[in-house]
Formats: sequence, structure tokens, C-alpha cells
Amino acid sequence: MKSLLLAMCLVLSLPNGALAQSPTVQDLLQSQRALIEKSSRRTIGPAIDALVASGLPQMQNVLEAWQAKGMWQRKGDGFFFAARKNDDGTFILQDFEDGADVATVSSAEIKQLKPNSGVRAMIATALVRFQLTDTDITKRADALDSISRDPEAALLAPLRASIEGETDPDILARKVRLERLMTMAYDTDVPSRVAAINDMSGDLGVDFRATLNPILSTSRVVSPTAPDGNIAREVIVGSDALTHSAAYALLVAAGGAPVEITADARDTTLEAHIDGGRIAGFPVAQLSSEAVRDQAYDALVTRGLAPPRVTQTDIDASLASYRFFDVYDDPSPAVTSAAEAALAASETRVAFGQAADLGLDALSLASIYFLAAIGLAITFGVMGVINMAHGEFIMMGAYTGFVVQQYVPNHTASILLAVPLAFAVTFGAGVTLERLVVRRLYHRPLETLLATFGVSIALQQLAKNIFGTQARPLTSPSWLDGAWVINDVVAISYIRIAIFILALLFLALFLFIMKRTRLGLETRAVTQNPRMAASMGINPDRVNMLTFGLGSGIAGIAGVAIGLFAKVTSEMGSDYIVQSFMTVVVGGVGNIWGTLAGAAMIGGFQKGVEWLNPSNTLAAQTYMIIFIIIFIQFRPRGIIALKGRAAGD
Amino acid sequence: MSTLLEVSGVTVSFDGFRAINNLSFQIAKAELRAVIGPNGAGKTTFMDIVTGKTRPDTGQILWGDKSVSLIGMSEARIAQAGIGRKFQKPTVFEEQTVQENLLMALRKDRGPLAVLFFRPSRADLDRIAELAAQIGLTDTLPRVSGELSHGQKQWLEIGMLLAQEPQLLLVDEPAAGMTPAEREKTTAILVEAAKTRAVVVVEHDMEFVRRLNCKVTVLHEGAVLAEGSLDHVTKNQDVIDVYLGR
Amino acid sequence: MNRSFVVRNPSVLIFLVLLSLFTLVVTILSEGFGVGLLSTSFVKVLGKTLCLCLIAIAMDLIWGYAGILSLGHFAFFGLGGYMIGMWLMYERTRQIVENALSEGVLPPTPEEISTGIGNQIFGVVGSSDFPLIWAFADSLVLQLAFVVLVPGLLALVFGWLAFRSRVTGVYLSILTQAMTLGLSLYLFQNASGLRGNNGLSGLQNLPGVTAPQSVVSLWFFWASALALGLGYLLVAWVVSGKFGSVIRGIRDNEARVRFLGYSVETYKLAVFTLTACISGIAGALYYPQAGIINPAEVAPIASIYLAVWVAIGGRGRLYGAVIGTAFVSLVSSWFTGGQAPDIDLGFYAIKWVDWWLVLLGLSFVLVTLYAPGGISSFVDKLAGKTMEADR
Repeated sequence: MKSLLLAMCLVLSLPNGALAQSPTVQDLLQSQRALIEKSSRRTIGPAIDALVASGLPQMQNVLEAWQAKGMWQRKGDGFFFAARKNDDGTFILQDFEDGADVATVSSAEIKQLKPNSGVRAMIATALVRFQLTDTDITKRADALDSISRDPEAALLAPLRASIEGETDPDILARKVRLERLMTMAYDTDVPSRVAAINDMSGDLGVDFRATLNPILSTSRVVSPTAPDGNIAREVIVGSDALTHSAAYALLVAAGGAPVEITADARDTTLEAHIDGGRIAGFPVAQLSSEAVRDQAYDALVTRGLAPPRVTQTDIDASLASYRFFDVYDDPSPAVTSAAEAALAASETRVAFGQAADLGLDALSLASIYFLAAIGLAITFGVMGVINMAHGEFIMMGAYTGFVVQQYVPNHTASILLAVPLAFAVTFGAGVTLERLVVRRLYHRPLETLLATFGVSIALQQLAKNIFGTQARPLTSPSWLDGAWVINDVVAISYIRIAIFILALLFLALFLFIMKRTRLGLETRAVTQNPRMAASMGINPDRVNMLTFGLGSGIAGIAGVAIGLFAKVTSEMGSDYIVQSFMTVVVGGVGNIWGTLAGAAMIGGFQKGVEWLNPSNTLAAQTYMIIFIIIFIQFRPRGIIALKGRAAGD
Repeated sequence: MSTLLEVSGVTVSFDGFRAINNLSFQIAKAELRAVIGPNGAGKTTFMDIVTGKTRPDTGQILWGDKSVSLIGMSEARIAQAGIGRKFQKPTVFEEQTVQENLLMALRKDRGPLAVLFFRPSRADLDRIAELAAQIGLTDTLPRVSGELSHGQKQWLEIGMLLAQEPQLLLVDEPAAGMTPAEREKTTAILVEAAKTRAVVVVEHDMEFVRRLNCKVTVLHEGAVLAEGSLDHVTKNQDVIDVYLGR
Repeated sequence: MNRSFVVRNPSVLIFLVLLSLFTLVVTILSEGFGVGLLSTSFVKVLGKTLCLCLIAIAMDLIWGYAGILSLGHFAFFGLGGYMIGMWLMYERTRQIVENALSEGVLPPTPEEISTGIGNQIFGVVGSSDFPLIWAFADSLVLQLAFVVLVPGLLALVFGWLAFRSRVTGVYLSILTQAMTLGLSLYLFQNASGLRGNNGLSGLQNLPGVTAPQSVVSLWFFWASALALGLGYLLVAWVVSGKFGSVIRGIRDNEARVRFLGYSVETYKLAVFTLTACISGIAGALYYPQAGIINPAEVAPIASIYLAVWVAIGGRGRLYGAVIGTAFVSLVSSWFTGGQAPDIDLGFYAIKWVDWWLVLLGLSFVLVTLYAPGGISSFVDKLAGKTMEADR
């Protein structure tokens, strides 16, 4: 209706009075010439509206050309054209009406229109209604993106109109959803808004909640009695939502009470009335407490030199005679109550979703701890060797991955190559460490701890000398980018899924090696009774060496995995070492299921604390450590403890 | 003779394996008793239970005139109550001198503050000299105990037990690895000790048990199989079966 | 047998004499009271080293004598530093704020002063309110008491939990490491009330003291030397008698001590708490010389270095702990301070700043493998030889 009126006005205002025929594109452009020439974001609106309102199909081309700085004006008569540049520097002008070439001109005869970015954005919005029905599917999708980014009431009608002819099912679904959302926000008809809200009640989409929130926006109103309008609630002074001082400030702003005299204002007034070292009779040196300053000020007040202080009694009295209300900006109670109900339903479901998301987070954190700890589960859990350089083996694995990526640019190939290479490097390092250090210190666990710590210091510094102190990237292959989005609340990145799968693989590998292979059998034999094992023809030195190497090698692979989502630095090992030992100890030494349970418990607990106190991940770790110390009170041998007389020694 | 220690109906299992099965056992003040039994009969576990190292699943352990229950008491409190234990392997503090070892064992206030301010009096030193004479280590008092021979360590440990002045002595295989002469001396020390207190000797060696010349308790599969003089139990058909195989 | 304790332990006497001589020599060579051969900053380094030696003695008591490898004693050291740091920072800020406010027209009110101090101290963490733990920061006496009480209480609670559940050996080491990690992570938060990762700073300035740093540094040097001497005497006395016998017994065979009737847990707890208190005192003397304390100081690595020093010096001997700490920390600051000459191999120049830690780590491995007695075992051998020569 409005647009029709506008079009009529346009027709009436045409300069050349060519009333007989419908206006051409050029006529319309000329009618808005002044605005178009001096286009600015503030003034251009009516001109664009007029062009769009004409309903001429060519307007899409005009607007697109204008937006792309492809519209030119002939200086001679001020007409607007599209133009294309010839090789010799001249331009061919094209009429917007039918695309026909009109003339060839030199560049001096024409002027390019250069709309600024603000104007271009407005043109883009205007274009949206054309693009909604464009034959090009990507343009339609772009148009929907544009509307959802920046919805406005005027776009509702074109959107609705475009639904009927839509052929693509995806685009159609998006259009329908957007139409529902915009109906809630912009439709003038209350029942259809309520219907739209009820239709989508409980929806998990961020867009739905983002649409409801402005509908439910409120303003705080001070009034002696209940005000007119759609009252959301009365706010009680002194509640969490409204403190006494905030309430009084509102009252002052509304003009219902005098401004409080702050301590600063009081002091300024006092300083302004110093007279011969005294203020209202009080010596300045005495004004070293709040009470005396108040007295001095009151003395100034009685002399009429200052406005009276607002006392607590005054404030209470003022507040008592007013009430405070939150009033919906939206006037319709039906809409707001429907929106409140819909939002509550959504939030309940969102809470469930977040709990599920938290569970996934905890699971992936647990997988990381498990990955970092599984090598330790072998060296510490099975062999009883405490290796403080375990974290540095993780770091070596990660750096191996980094180095491989320097030579193999294909990320998939480089990761596939890095995994066995990292295993080989850290296996070698582990075997060397075992032969040179650990072997000489069996049954002296504290000495082993200290010596391997020395190795850890040296390795860390060595890595720093080679790779520098800055973090090195280990880029994951592109197929691991992105996330598996279940809905707007629950999502898990592919890399975390990959780590979870890797953790499971390692668990299987560990079980296989320990229970099904000769090495596992020999390892168990050597750890339980080395002398007996030796007398049965097992070489304990060899078995210990291989087992230690295996544990170290697994740490290296874990390093590649951890490097994919965390930064590779020389200090990354120390971030994991304490946690890894905790995982093994809490779970129960010597039992891989215990390590799994320990990782699950620590990961779950940490995420749980972070959920209760999301701003503070540091606190979560502190609480986790306190929790572990207390947990050990109740299960000193871990979650899965080996019982028996041997365990008592 | 009144009962000093009464163990009744005690059962302990480790992961389903019953190490002690409804065991009942009594010993009087000033009695020497030998406990024998094949490997895995529960001899060591029995000692673990009495000294508080292992907590029984069921059963009662009553101690002394007041019949105090020992279950739930810490090892240190049971030791303070008057039960001393000697381990199978000689466990003395090898880096400390014989005198320091004996001083530590001497019956005195065990609280940290009292120990911190403790300085040995003349009487204490006399008592130690007396003990050293009893176990034949007078000359070695200032020596580091790690330098002692195996037998000397065993005696030092028995000496430490005596220094504790316990009412009950639990001795685990005291004669293991000793020369015949050393055994004789050990027997003498134990028999002498049993005149004033109860002594339980766990032993494999029948010859040694015979020399102790005391009542014998035979354990098998965590329960008492037979009790009486050595001659009596060695004639018992069950005991013969267990020792010689069925 | 009633000969005095010092006479029975000649090494204690020798140590005290050497420490006094060292203090005297440093004083004579200092800028503050002597000829000025030693710079003030070097006097501070020496003073700090004495504090490190003090905590090393505590470490030797808990590890070398009682056999508990604590990897968390720097937590107590840091807490001691924080406790004294709170008073130093509060009192100095109060003086600055009062001076600034007294420039104004009106004399300042207590509320203004308090707000001013709060803004000065907690501005960096976006707050101006005093957290509860600063309630007694204005009292030097109380904060000095806290230097001992707070680490002692933490050790008491942690130790009670840990020893009660019979956590021993490497498990206990890891648990103590977790304790100090937990503390440092806690202190890193702004909400901890101790200025988060900014820590406490300006601690080298004693409130109300106008003496130059060259003099103040010597005061602290003397105080550190005195504390070290007293600490050495105390610990040597503790380990000399039956108590020493018992804790060494616990180290060598915990179960046996238990069957002798000693409550092993109580003893461990007593030693753990005592050493925590000593560590707190060492920290309270160290950080005013360092000038700043922040949560990184209580990170697990610091406590592990402490174990390294004691191990290199030789544990189970108090002078070993002192020698190891003094040697490693001084050599360490020499190498990392850039004073050590770089070695040019032609194809590669070894810069000690970069390679010192590699050297330290590897030499630590070698000491553990081949000289478990540490440096002091050489001293013992030397002393043993002279004794034989005397005979």
C-alpha cells in the first residue's frame, strides 16, 4: 500500500510531464538525480526506496551496477548509464532500459558514481528482494544470509512472496524458517506472531533465541502507580535485580528526587568554603574523618551555603513513594507471554544440550589425559619405573610431527608419516634412556625419578635451543577441520573425535600387546619375578628395554596427537606430566582399566568444575588436585586396586 | 594361668582366597608356643592380623586382662600395648649402631616430643649393656649394625624385642640360616624370655621346635589342625597327611 | 655422655665458624659497610643463596633423614614470601598513599586512605576492595607469625591427609608436586586476592626505612646468615638424638619402626610441618631481597630444583645440602647471567645461557648414577683420609 502511494507520487513528480506512458528507468533515475549524485548514507534511503518501488525488473541491474561502481553519469545531460571501457580509453554507454549501446564517449565526458560503503550496504539490502527470486541459487542463498544478518520489517513481504515459487528444498526450508522468525518480530498481526512463536517453541536454534530476546526487551519505569503498557514485572527495591542505590539513581534520573551529595561533591564544596583555615567554624585540620566532614557540611547547609545532604531517611522516604516496573517494549501481552514461554522451553532444552555438550567435552579431555598417560601406564604402571622425562617424549613426538611437516607439505601424508616416525624417534630415545640410566637404578624409584628429571631438564632446554621458544604449529589435515554439529548447542570438533578414536585404538593395542603377545607375557613375567623369569630363559634386560621403549614410543605418538590441537612448545611436556601421573595413580597403578577410569574421572571432574565456574579454568585444576588428594584418602590404591597380600607391602 | 591373647573365629580373605579360615587361638601369660605348618598355612598372615598389619574380615582378637579388642588399632598402638614382632628376615636399622638400635627399642615414651628431648640416662645405658650381654653383643655396641653377621642381626633383633619389654613376643623363623651353635644360643634366649612373658615362635624346622620343648599348634589352610606337645601332634594322622601328602 | 651437643658434632661447630667468617668477609667487602668490592646486587645474590641453603637444610631433613622426597617445599617457601610480602606492600603503599593524600586541602580520612591503598595494590587486577586474607596485612607481628603458621598449617593438613592414607615413596612425591602445582595455579587467578600473576612487588623497599639499598641488603644478608645458622643448629640437634634415630629408621624401614611402637605418621607429620615452617622463614627472608614474588615461584619446577641441589650436595648430611645449594645456585647464576665465556667451536658457538641447563641436567644424571653421595661424599673421603693420617 505504502509502496503504491510512493510510486504514484513519483509519477506525479516527473519533470518532463510524460504522463501518458509509464516512466522509464532513466526517468526514475533522473527523478532522484540530486540524491544519487550526492549520495550519502543518511540521505540516500528515499531514492533507493523509490527505485525499488517502481517494480521495474531492470532495477536489479541498475542497483547491481551502482553497487559495483559500474554506473556512470553523462556530464552533458546528467543521464545515467552503464558503461564499458574500450581499448583506446573511450567508453561505450549502455542504456539501462534495454541494455542497448547508446554512444561512445571519451572519459572526460562522463563521471563514475562511487557510492561509499554505507550506501553500498543499503543498495545491497534493497537488492535482496530481487535476489530472493533470482534464478541463480547462490544469489538466493546470499540473499537469505543477508536478511538473517540484518533483518528488517520491509523485507518480510518480499520474503513471503518468494516462498511460493521456490524450487530448491534447502532454500525453501530456510525461507520458511526465516519467514516464521520475521513474522514473530515484524508482523503487525498479533495472532500470527503468537502462532509463529508457538510453532517454534522449544527450538534450539541460536537464531530463534536471538529473535525472541529483542521481543522480550524491557525498559525500567519509575512510577508511583502501575504504568500503562505491557508490564513484565514489578521490581522490588533491594532485590538482586535492583539495589537501593541503583533504584535511587533511577529515581533521580526520572526527576523524582534530588541528587545525592557524594563524598567527592561534599569535599569539593567544603574546599570551596575554606575561610582562614576554617570551614564553617571547623578547623581544616580536624576534618580527618567522614563524620566531622559531614558535620562541617551540615553547618554550611544551615548557613545556606550548600544544598542539603540527602540522608538515608530521605532516600528511604523517596523510594517508599515510588514503585519500579519492567515494561516490555513490545506492546502486546499475548506476544510477550508466548515468547516468554517459548524461550523457557528453549532454554530447558538448551540446558540438556549443554549437559550433553559438556559430556562430550569431558570425554575428549579424558581421551587426551588417557593418551598422555598410556605410555606411563606401561613404564610406571607395569614396570614401576618413574620416568619424569615422559612429558619430554610427548614433546619429542610433537616436534617430530612439526619437522615432518616442513618436508612433506601434504598434511594427510605428513601426519601418516609422522606417527610411525614419532614412534621410532621416541622408541629410540626410550631405549637409550633405559640402557644408560634407568637400568642402573631399578628398585631405587626415587633416584630414578631424580635422574630422569635431569634428563627432562636437558631435553627441554635442548628443544628450546633447536626450535626456539615460540610455539610451532602442527597443522591437522583439512579433513579433520570443522566439527560434527548435532545442533546449535551440541557440537564436537572432528579432531577431538579423532583423538577419542586414537585413545580407543591405543587401549586396544595395549591390551593386545600385554595379553596376546610374547613381549607382553615376558614383560609381566619380568615385572613379577625377574629372577624366575631369567631362569626360564627370558632375558630381563632385553624385555625391560623393549617395554620401556614401547611406553616411550606410545608417548611419542600421543605427542603428535596432542600437537594437533595444542601448540608445540619445548614446555608442553611439563603441562602433561603431573596430570599423567595423577591419572595413573588415581586409576590404580598396574591396571590399564584403572588408567582409563582415572582419565575419565579427572577429565569429567575438571569439566564439571569448569561448568560450575566457567570463567576460571585455573581454579578447576586447583580443585581437581584437592579432590585427588582427598580421593586418595578413600582409595589409596586408586579406583581399580590390586588386592592381596602382595599389595599390602 | 590367665589368658593373654585370645583370637576367636577370625577369617581373612584376599581376592576370594581364604588365607585364614575361622581361626581360634589362645595363649597364656608366660607361655612358650611353637606354631608350625606347611607353606601357605597362614602363619605369617596370622602374625599380620595380631600385629594390626592386616585387618580381619570377621572374628575377635582380645588382649590382656581387660580383654581389649585389637581390631582397628594401629600397628604402633598394638606394639605399645605390649606385642613385639620379629620378622623372618632380620630387619635392624643397618645404618645405625647397635646401641642406637637398642635405644630406639627401649621401653620409653614413644611420643615425638618426648623422643625429641630424650637423652639416655645412666639407667638406660645400664639396661642396654645388660641386654647386649644377654644377646652376646656387648663388644659390638658402637658398631654400625649393617656390619654384623646374619646371626648377630637376628640376635640384635631379638634384643630389640626384649628391650621393648613386650608381654607377647611373636617370632617368625628365628633359626633360618643359622649355624647349629647359633641355633642353640637362640633357643636359650627364647626359652629364657618365655619365663616372664608369652612367646610365639613360628618355625619350619622340627628339630628347632623339638628343642624349644613346648606346646605346638599346627596350622593348615588357615585353621588350627592340631594342638599339643610335639610328640602328640606328630602322631596325629591329619598332621601326618598334611606334611607327608595324602 | 653429657658433653654439649656442639662438641659431640664438630661439623656443626665448623659450619657455624665458617658461616660467621663468610658473613664477616662479605660485610667487609660490601658497599654498605666495607670497602665496596662486592656490589649491592651481588650481596643480594649471596643473601638469597643463604636463604636457599636454609630451605635446602629443611629439604635435607625431610628427604635425606626422613626419606620423604617432597617435591613441594617451594610452596611453603613461596607462602612465607607472600605473607611477609603482604605486610611490606601494604605498609609501603599506605605511606605513599598517606603522603599523597596529605598534599590535598582536607586532611585524609581513614576511608580515603583505605580506598587509596586498595586502588594502588589491586588496581592491576581490576579491583579496589581488600580481600579477606589481607585483614591483618597492617600488622607486622601477625604477618610474621603467618610466615610460620600458614606454611605450617598447609603442611599439617596436607601431611595429615597424605600420611594418614599411607601414601609413600614416589606416590607421595607426585602428590606433593600436585600440591605445589595446585597452589601456583590458585595464585595465578586474580580472584586469589594476591594479585594473580602480577604477584607482589617492590618488596625490597622497607617501609619507613630511608637507608640505601646497599645497607638494607646487608641487613637482610645478616638476617639470612643468622637464620641459616640457627636453622642448621636446630636441624642438627633434631637429627642428632633418638628423634634422628627414629626418622632415619622410618626412612630405612617404615614398617619396622611401626612395630617398635612408634606412630610413624605422627613423626612424618611433625618433620613435614617443621620443615615447612623453616621453608616459610627462608622464603620470608628471600623475597624481600629478590624484590618480587609471583605464582611462578611456586611452580613444581622450583621444588624439583631444590631436590637437585640437595642431591648434588649429598643428602643425609646437612653441610652437603648447603654445599650443593650454594654451589649449584651460584654456578647457575654465573652461567645464566652471561658471565661465563662462550665456547666457539668454529662451526657452532656454545652459548652458556642456552646450554647451561643441558649441562646441569646431564651432570645431575651423572651424579645420581655415579656419585649418589653427592659433592659432600668427596668431603667425607677427604676428612676420612686426614683422620687416618692423624692416627
